[in-house]
Amino acid sequence: MTEGTQTAGQADVLADQELRLRLEIEDFFYREADLLDDRKYDDWLDLFTEDARYWMPMRRNVSSEEMETENTSELHDMSWFDEGKATLIKRVQQIKTGVHWAEEPYSRVSHLVTNVRLLDVGPSEVRVKCRFIVYRNRMRDEESLFVGKRVDTLRRDGRSFRIARREIYLDQSVMLAKNFTIFF
Amino acid sequence: MVAIDRSTRLVDMDGGTVSREIFCNQEIYDQEQERVFGRSWLFVGHVSQIPKPGDFVVSRMGEESVIVTRDKQNRVQVLLNSCRHRGNVVCRYDQGNASIFTCSFHGWSYDSTGALAALPFHDGGYNEMDKKAWGLLAARVEVFQGSIWATWDHSAPSFIDYLGGAEIYLQTDLLGTDGSDAGAEVLDGVVKWRLGCNWKVPCPDVDRTHGWITHKSLADALGVGPTGMPVRRGPRGGPQAAQGRPRTFCVSFPEGHTMGVTVPSEDDRNWGDSPLWQDTPVVRDYLRHAYEERKKRLGKMASLSVGPAIFPNEGWLGRVIRIMHPQGPLATEIWTYFFVDRDAPVEVKDALRAYYEHWYGPGGMTQQDDMENWYNLTMASKGPVARKLPLNYQMRLGDPPIHGPSTFGLPGLFTPLYSDENHRAFYRRWAEYMEAESWDELRVREPVK
Repeated sequence: MTEGTQTAGQADVLADQELRLRLEIEDFFYREADLLDDRKYDDWLDLFTEDARYWMPMRRNVSSEEMETENTSELHDMSWFDEGKATLIKRVQQIKTGVHWAEEPYSRVSHLVTNVRLLDVGPSEVRVKCRFIVYRNRMRDEESLFVGKRVDTLRRDGRSFRIARREIYLDQSVMLAKNFTIFF
Repeated sequence: MVAIDRSTRLVDMDGGTVSREIFCNQEIYDQEQERVFGRSWLFVGHVSQIPKPGDFVVSRMGEESVIVTRDKQNRVQVLLNSCRHRGNVVCRYDQGNASIFTCSFHGWSYDSTGALAALPFHDGGYNEMDKKAWGLLAARVEVFQGSIWATWDHSAPSFIDYLGGAEIYLQTDLLGTDGSDAGAEVLDGVVKWRLGCNWKVPCPDVDRTHGWITHKSLADALGVGPTGMPVRRGPRGGPQAAQGRPRTFCVSFPEGHTMGVTVPSEDDRNWGDSPLWQDTPVVRDYLRHAYEERKKRLGKMASLSVGPAIFPNEGWLGRVIRIMHPQGPLATEIWTYFFVDRDAPVEVKDALRAYYEHWYGPGGMTQQDDMENWYNLTMASKGPVARKLPLNYQMRLGDPPIHGPSTFGLPGLFTPLYSDENHRAFYRRWAEYMEAESWDELRVREPVK
């Protein structure tokens, strides 16, 4: 057996492991989408680590020579969302009051998650990029469509994962829906 | 221009009613673009967004795009973003730094004063064309405590006269917390979103009676009011709303500016001692110190903190300026600017930013519900039957306002907090704009200051 084929064999094993990991993560994302779309918000919150960060910068039209200013920067600039678990919990509490008019009655929401790619596989954490399409339909005929990218840092937790960090890049500069009552 | 003659009937402030037509009629909308947005002073940005010569941000005046920039002489310029050649935009970006704005169609180029600096085929192509006559349209500009205001109308009064005494309120959140001149800056990132309601719906301030109904979920779920402050419970366990604090009033001006004012008192609480910051020591300690400095500079007026809605489309929510840009009769683009003290430590700016993001804007736990109501009231008002029913602004109708200068030593007309008088003042002024042929008719003869 030559050294070359040994390497190729190891590469196959690694590729198999990555494929398996990606499938596990896709399955995790699909379960998460179901929790949100089935309005099981408390179960959804359980998917986040206690130190989780949930951040959604704003996007701007800038010169192609100044792309580093396209997104507002974390911690210093304004963002659409900059949340921790404590504030996500408050949002869920608000939705469940029955008098949060922006979600009373509940909107019909579908989360589609696709283009899942592993960016960085570490011993305890995995960074994953994906695309999302979130469709919101509410009351009689109000519709909103949110499309963009997500970069998640997932922390291994037994046989599953928990979300330690979520970056959300919405493909809009002026936000074209009247409000964000949904989670990404 | 049928709508001009109808405007007095559309707005009946003696009877306290407003026709729903003014919130959905295209003809009225077209006319107010000319008569309101074409003549008033409009907020377009803040100097902290453009610190260096050549810096620019693109803003809006009414439905139109304008470039807000700083020229080589360090003067703030506000230029209509439309090429004089064939009308294309000359600036395609939201922000940046440029000494020349070149149209992407035929290459006409303008400097940061708006002057036409160069155009291809000028020599030989345009016989004797006077380049000076073909610059970008420049608005009149005034800077007030760092905030930038512009108008297209060269016969409009100065911005200070336009404020009519409201400047003492407008400056309160533009000063540093320590009371220093122009001590505030805008955090990077103007929050912009669109919603389906007429631009006027969110404009008049304050609408205190909506708070405990629209934002009931905050009190129910979290025990806080719309700003995140803990709710004081009344005897029956409900929020202690009733008549509010006795020193807090609706204040309006004949110029159409509207706001809520708490009359300052010697024993007002240091801002750092607000319950909002008790779990955020870095903010609490910073504010405590800055507020003591403010007292040294402003004396008894230190505690005056007002977010005045300057006619027509500027308003405040906390230390946030929000501008309601019209987008057709049934749509508005709201832009919000979040202010912090320019010289505050970065941890303080961060904590305040996180507070703003959590409560305000389209993702904010408070404003989400406002948007829901504004959208639905618009949809429910545009039908031919609903449109004929006037809207009610009769709360405390006939209750004469108190003259602020002689009663409190503060400008403006004071009415109790739970009153529609500010709305009436706004729509009264709106009708005057719609009827007046020129600024000669609009000038306020007896300012309340």
